Amino acid sequence: MSLRQSSRDLGLGVRFAFAGGREGWMRAVLTALGVGLGVALLLLSTALPNAISVRHDREQARLDWSFTEEPPTAADNTVVIANTDTTFRGKDVRGRLVEPEGPRAPLPPGLSAYPAKGEMLVSPALKRLLASDGAKLLRERIPYRITGTIGESGLIGSQELAYYAGGEGLFAHEAGSNVSRLTAFGNPNPTPEAPDPVLALLNIVVIVMLLMPVAVFVAAAVRFGGERRDRRLAALRLVGADGRMTRRIAAGEAMAGALLGLVLGAGFFLVGRQVAGSVEVMGISVWPSYLNPSPLLAALVAVAVPAAAVLVTLFALRSVVIEPLGVVRSAKPTRRRLWWRLVLPVAGLAMLYPMLGQGRSNGSFNEYLVTGGVMLLLIGITALLPWLVERCVARLGSGGVAWQLAVRRLQLSSGTAARMVNGIAVAVAGAIALQMLFAGVDGQYTKSTAQDLSRAQMQVTVPADAPMAATVEKFTDTKGVRKVTAVWESYLGDASWNSENGPQLAAELTVGDCAALREVAKLPSCKDGDRFVLDGSEYSVDGPKMNVPGKMLYIESPTSGPASAPEKEATWTVPAGITQVRSIEDPTGSRRGGFLMTPAALPKDFEGMVRGELYLSIDQSVPDAFEYARNTAAAVNPLADPTAWTASTTSDKFESLRTGLLVGAICVLLLIGASLLVAQLEQLRERRKLLSSLVAFGTRRRTLGLSVLWQTAIPITLGLLLAMAVGLTLGAILLKMTDTPVGIDWSSVLSMTGAGAAVVLVVTLLSLPPLMRLMRPDGLRTE
Amino acid sequence: MSIGHTLLGLLESGPRHGYDLKRAFDEKFGHDRPLHYGQVYSTMSRLLKNGLVEVDGIEAGDGPERKRYAITDAGITDVERWLATPEKPEPYLQSTLYTKVVLALLTHRDAADVLDTQRAEHLRSMRILTDRKRSGDLADQLICDHALFHLEADLRWLELATARLDKLKAAMTA
Amino acid sequence: MNAPGGSLLVAENLRKAYGPTMALDGAAFSIHPGEVVAVMGPSGSGKSTLLHCLAGIVTPDSGSITYDGRELATMNDAQRSQLRRSEFGFVFQFGQLVPELTCVENVALPLRLNGTPRKQAERTALGWMERLEVDDLAKKRPGEVSGGQGQRVAVARSLVTSPRVVFADEPTGALDSLNGERVMELLTEAARSASTAVVLVTHEARVAAYSDREIVVRDGKSRDMERVV
Repeated sequence: MSLRQSSRDLGLGVRFAFAGGREGWMRAVLTALGVGLGVALLLLSTALPNAISVRHDREQARLDWSFTEEPPTAADNTVVIANTDTTFRGKDVRGRLVEPEGPRAPLPPGLSAYPAKGEMLVSPALKRLLASDGAKLLRERIPYRITGTIGESGLIGSQELAYYAGGEGLFAHEAGSNVSRLTAFGNPNPTPEAPDPVLALLNIVVIVMLLMPVAVFVAAAVRFGGERRDRRLAALRLVGADGRMTRRIAAGEAMAGALLGLVLGAGFFLVGRQVAGSVEVMGISVWPSYLNPSPLLAALVAVAVPAAAVLVTLFALRSVVIEPLGVVRSAKPTRRRLWWRLVLPVAGLAMLYPMLGQGRSNGSFNEYLVTGGVMLLLIGITALLPWLVERCVARLGSGGVAWQLAVRRLQLSSGTAARMVNGIAVAVAGAIALQMLFAGVDGQYTKSTAQDLSRAQMQVTVPADAPMAATVEKFTDTKGVRKVTAVWESYLGDASWNSENGPQLAAELTVGDCAALREVAKLPSCKDGDRFVLDGSEYSVDGPKMNVPGKMLYIESPTSGPASAPEKEATWTVPAGITQVRSIEDPTGSRRGGFLMTPAALPKDFEGMVRGELYLSIDQSVPDAFEYARNTAAAVNPLADPTAWTASTTSDKFESLRTGLLVGAICVLLLIGASLLVAQLEQLRERRKLLSSLVAFGTRRRTLGLSVLWQTAIPITLGLLLAMAVGLTLGAILLKMTDTPVGIDWSSVLSMTGAGAAVVLVVTLLSLPPLMRLMRPDGLRTE
Repeated sequence: MSIGHTLLGLLESGPRHGYDLKRAFDEKFGHDRPLHYGQVYSTMSRLLKNGLVEVDGIEAGDGPERKRYAITDAGITDVERWLATPEKPEPYLQSTLYTKVVLALLTHRDAADVLDTQRAEHLRSMRILTDRKRSGDLADQLICDHALFHLEADLRWLELATARLDKLKAAMTA
Repeated sequence: MNAPGGSLLVAENLRKAYGPTMALDGAAFSIHPGEVVAVMGPSGSGKSTLLHCLAGIVTPDSGSITYDGRELATMNDAQRSQLRRSEFGFVFQFGQLVPELTCVENVALPLRLNGTPRKQAERTALGWMERLEVDDLAKKRPGEVSGGQGQRVAVARSLVTSPRVVFADEPTGALDSLNGERVMELLTEAARSASTAVVLVTHEARVAAYSDREIVVRDGKSRDMERVV
């Protein structure tokens, strides 16, 4: 009987949810909307690890490095591939020149045939970019004819810019690691993603941090319109329902909203997935197909969300006695006690404590302890905040009328107020902790470069076969280039580079005009035809040792190596009287060694054997100055590698995590802002009559608007303070766990709290127009 | 109102002179219309004849009547019976006001004016009663309230009649 | 007696439509200082709309309302709010007390809106609560007092600024007759002693009997009962 009775009550609740007139229906939709947004975010979060690993797999599958010890020789199953990556207005373009050497040449993923010389296959995003108006410079840089597109399997994101262009004679170009000969694409032994324990820790924390506020939000959404629901339940008691039945009916109502929310959430997720496929956030895009949540996690969401909705409802009804003649809230709610509220965060700390000082070298962190600890700490906020709000608000003194109205209301229902800001507090605390963790770990993932931005802003590496003077002239003539410092480099050895053991002594050879040489060494005097030997190199002291008049030195040629035929072995005999000079930091920030030669001193044989390093000083006031320089580089040689300098470079992996966090935090804050707005409007609607009568006796609209602002601002301020405390604690613990010195990045703390505060301000602003409408005297007319 | 029963009831608390009786009556019940002494005299002689009161004594001195009356057992029984018998509710089926309204309608005069004039008159008396209630004691208030509720009922009827005047007119002239 | 001369608040030929329904259709009204005027009429007759127009809460579509020689139509919203704050008081049927504030804070609210310091405002408020015999409820919240008590608190609030006109819209509508009469007695007594005029909207004749004069509103038209005879 009881089972049938229960299900009948639940069913009644479901009916009430949808058939309870316009009000009940709206409530169900609001709940569903909240739950739906939460579910969508949950599904996206569960799909995220999958997306990351799919991206990683695609990346691994198209790797075009030679993984064999011995580079293969040309055959009918080889392809020569050259890396011509470029950057266009801050966006990376993956470029490859390909030259199949036989009919059985391997095809990279996403290609069904190789492009002929002068033709290229492009990614859909690059095709769009090239077709757009502003891309003239890029079209000049990659002037190949588009004959097709790269399939999805060859790209790691829907918005990735990539092309494969047909090339010719690429291997002869050989310029270091930029050209390889392959028999197959991809890593034959693909590595699983990120075994780095700290990165794994970051992943866990990011996901927990995104999910917690969503959970808080879902909990809040289920409570939308609770007071009206309670009144309806009271009416049911009047016609004979007992206390347990009303509870079951309430549970049924909550479940109805949650189930509808589940459907909406799936819909939102599918739409979001499609949208996610068409946007790019900070250089990262995905294909919709990447975002497939694992079935187990999806099933868990489908079961957990309605269950949580019902549990929250029952929990909220705990302190409410529904009597036939109305709702009795435990009139003076028992003062909130502190001790059990402290248990949660303390337990969280206890779970994290054993891992303090573990660092990255002691294996991976225990996922369960990390997840549990972080969750408990964050949930601790939701437990502590009501207590904190109650205590603080009780102590708030008098002020203006607006302040008094707000404070009194908060005093009477501090729980509601705290619930409204719980989500934001949790989100901000999580974000602060993560920001701190990132800033701390920053040092380990961001390599500060020694590049001296005051001397040059771009470096172009030019392959050795480029004519020296003409190349420099091309760059000097380029729009936006202020100054070109060109040094040409190779290595000199004391024995043939093709011999069995290679040279015993080796030193750099640097060629350039006097101005350029002065960038790398302190020269007492210099004129064309001079030679110098360097002292004070960081890496090699061989230079002065090789400065023995009469000694024959061999230059390293681009194709030299033990296996190469000594087609052309150029040598140089050290003359007497070479001045020794001290090296200074070159524009890249390193001190070089070996010999310096002015162009006139360069032996004729050496021409075409030195690779150029051109340091460009760019006039950044010229729009697209970098793009012009890049175009010149591409015109000089498609394999020329221009790099714009920055003060530091960041590990890609780290960058993507931080990006994920930022996007997530913004989404969560927006979501919570939306729920705040809904709750706020509902509250205002319920006070319509009161608001109208207050306006009737002359209350200024400004006063009421201000009181609404205070009413949100006070709990938000407390929430943000608590969030800062918990966030900083959590951040410090996480840093200790990764064995990183604890430092507080106040700017990011402030920016996160500022974002939280901004959400409140926006919500208040958005609720003002409806407030003004509600304050119109029409409110007095109803009833 | 039965004056006989009322005077009998007043005697229950103890023997009184006719003059005292009149004063007590006026004080408690006779707000609008004080009793004439003749009324007291004739009522008392009727009660005396029916054996409901007896003469307790006659005082010497001036004045028109010096008889002191006391209630008999039969008198007490009579009062009891009177109190226990419910009053017949007045049906007010023959209302002068209704007659006036119908006549006004039949003679094509403004019936609404008739009703409003009455309404103003009712309101005026209600206002006076309310005023008196303010300064009076509890007994006064109860009496005034009784009248006020009746007047209010009349007023409601006036309101209703006003609202239905058009329908009534149509019915009358049809 | 109804000559506009000497009147505090005079309205003439008011028209106000809410959508297709005419709430007021040529209504007139006038009140002298210290006078208690009842506005009667069946529900939906437009009496509340008349009160809202008179109090400057609602702007009529046409017609004129003059308060103390000033035409309400020429005032902007802020000026009308200011007028309501300082010269008018209000009592409604229910739902007018701020549930979070204590009773004394509720009574003090209009004073505080006018900028009176809190202590002083609450002292004045307590004085009025004494007169209305609800001073023992000062520290209670509206949810903890009975309907009649709450209404008396509301009356105290309407009088606390010593307004020249109190607008009472069915002030006894939610009360039984005994409580209702007590509220009316206290309201009219307090108003008379402070020579505050009261515009009393009611559909109950017994409540209207506390007035000096009645106006009946029917279908948006007003009728002064004094001029009937």
